[in-house]
Amino acid sequence: MNKRIIYELKGMYRDSLRITGYEYGTGEKSVCITGSLRGDEVQQLYCCSQIIKKFKQLEIEGRINKGHKILVIPSMNPYSMNIKKRFWPTDNTDINRMFPGYNLGETTQRIADGVFKEISGYKYGIQFTSFYMPGDFMPHVRMMDEGFSKADTAKQFGLPYVVVRKTRPYDTATLNYNWQVWDTQAFSLYTTTTVKIDQNGAGKAVLSVMNFLAAQGIIKYSAPGLITTKVVNDTDMVSVRTAESGVFEPLVKAGGSVVAGQPLANILNPYEAEIMETLYAPVDANVFFIHNEPLTYANTAVIKLVQ
Amino acid sequence: MVQTVVSVGLPIDEMLEIKKNRIMPENQPGGMKRISIVTGIHGDELEGQYVCFELQRRIMQEKDKLAGIVDVYPAMNPLGIDSITRGIPAFDLDMNRLFPGNIDGNMTEYLAAGIIEDVSGSDCVIDIHASNIYLTEIPQIRINELHEDVLVPLAMETNIDFIWVHGASTVLESTFAYSLNNTGTPVLVVEMGVGMRITKNYGKQLVDGIFNLMHKMGIWKGSTKEVKKPIISRKPDDVFYLNASTGGLFIPMAKHGSRLKKGEIIGQITDPLRGEILDEVKAPADGMLFTIRDYPVVDEGSLMGRMLRKEACGYE
Repeated sequence: MNKRIIYELKGMYRDSLRITGYEYGTGEKSVCITGSLRGDEVQQLYCCSQIIKKFKQLEIEGRINKGHKILVIPSMNPYSMNIKKRFWPTDNTDINRMFPGYNLGETTQRIADGVFKEISGYKYGIQFTSFYMPGDFMPHVRMMDEGFSKADTAKQFGLPYVVVRKTRPYDTATLNYNWQVWDTQAFSLYTTTTVKIDQNGAGKAVLSVMNFLAAQGIIKYSAPGLITTKVVNDTDMVSVRTAESGVFEPLVKAGGSVVAGQPLANILNPYEAEIMETLYAPVDANVFFIHNEPLTYANTAVIKLVQ
Repeated sequence: MVQTVVSVGLPIDEMLEIKKNRIMPENQPGGMKRISIVTGIHGDELEGQYVCFELQRRIMQEKDKLAGIVDVYPAMNPLGIDSITRGIPAFDLDMNRLFPGNIDGNMTEYLAAGIIEDVSGSDCVIDIHASNIYLTEIPQIRINELHEDVLVPLAMETNIDFIWVHGASTVLESTFAYSLNNTGTPVLVVEMGVGMRITKNYGKQLVDGIFNLMHKMGIWKGSTKEVKKPIISRKPDDVFYLNASTGGLFIPMAKHGSRLKKGEIIGQITDPLRGEILDEVKAPADGMLFTIRDYPVVDEGSLMGRMLRKEACGYE
């Protein structure tokens, strides 16, 4: 293992921003795994730390195959994490909207450029990332429909779902998109949570990465029998929306099965606790995503079901 | 007449309403042209607030001269303006990356779609921004090269100092202006002044320009002032970006909008802890300083200013 600083930015009164990478093996740039890009992506950091711990063991046991170079970057944004802010401390820009970056540009463009120079050229890119809406997910792999990545390859993570989503204009400045522009097969891994650590969810995520790397011949790892992965388009998800704003009272959990007509959540009057609205499952399905904050807005897809 | 364009209930006893004020002549002949003044998409940009006020104040003084419809939308992001937040609070989303929105989408997409539906069909829209809290801009209009044929002639009438025709970018396709320009409603994006402040003389300058534009469009029959002939830049090489070589405290030394010689000092990046000058930001060529850093604390890479090459400015 080679631990090194892959990018450093000097602060005015703060310690330097240091982005640290952990390298394993030599040879072909096989896989790069990245953790938090935003300051609240604690679960994403935690998943990477567990992977680093796992690689330490695999390296000692000689189970990283020869000819493969692996890079893991647990956090690309310690500055924001340390002050509990999702985006960049001074100008609130999102580093994940700055790729491939620009070395003579603004601060977050420079960070993106400095990091991207180190993480491009890998055959596979795995990014632990988060959704902008607060909620709990079933762990899944997400990929764009117009990219260089293949759904069949994504199945090798062994997670229940691969979600293929339509590329939108703002995606063109994300890490995932730009990895693919430069011929890296890129996969975004969504675990269960973001701001809180879910050890079980992280365990599944680590296992899925081990599955994937073993399937690519990068490590020796006897994965348990893989489950059948279903590939779904994000447009195939059944969104259950609120008509009212109020207190959100969930009645089901992410990953659970529901039947058509089953109550999924109540929206309560915040002053009088009366039920203003009950959300029901329109179909038999699994709960793929559920809002996890106490309040909700109207017109919000608080639950997503997958059949 | 104040109207609610789109609204949604918030969780605790509050309605979020996006409002506009429509001013029309007393006699309302058919075929009237319509101009829409839009601002407040970014909650920390307030320059447009003064323009909304001043424009309506002057119209109401001579309302008999009005021959068309003026729609004023002062607060596209009311929660942002009221909480000094650039994006949409709670979501931490840039509202200007949500358009054209989705009427069946979540709350933010629903609001964006409602706005687009209401503004669509205007004969001209002026979307007023104020840079951000970090930079001060001279009054300018920024135009995507895809729409320059329609927009440059309109922008010429608005009394601004500078028209910047820039390259197309996929990321910008989710802006308010792009969404409308792409569907045939012309939108001029004004950038002027600085975030969280009002620069009264810039506001008055733009209001004079709006009256002139309204006059050309047949919306205003009253007198108007002669407008400036703006500098137009179409070449990417015309603009120099001045980024900080190091973090520190920026002390400006050049006057915003001034014409500088190559090598002239624009400002110093200093270290208050040690009392040292870390770097001097210098003019990379002869030209005009059309953007200057306002917020003093800078990181490496922070934008210190932008200059327009002398040849593009057209002065000797």
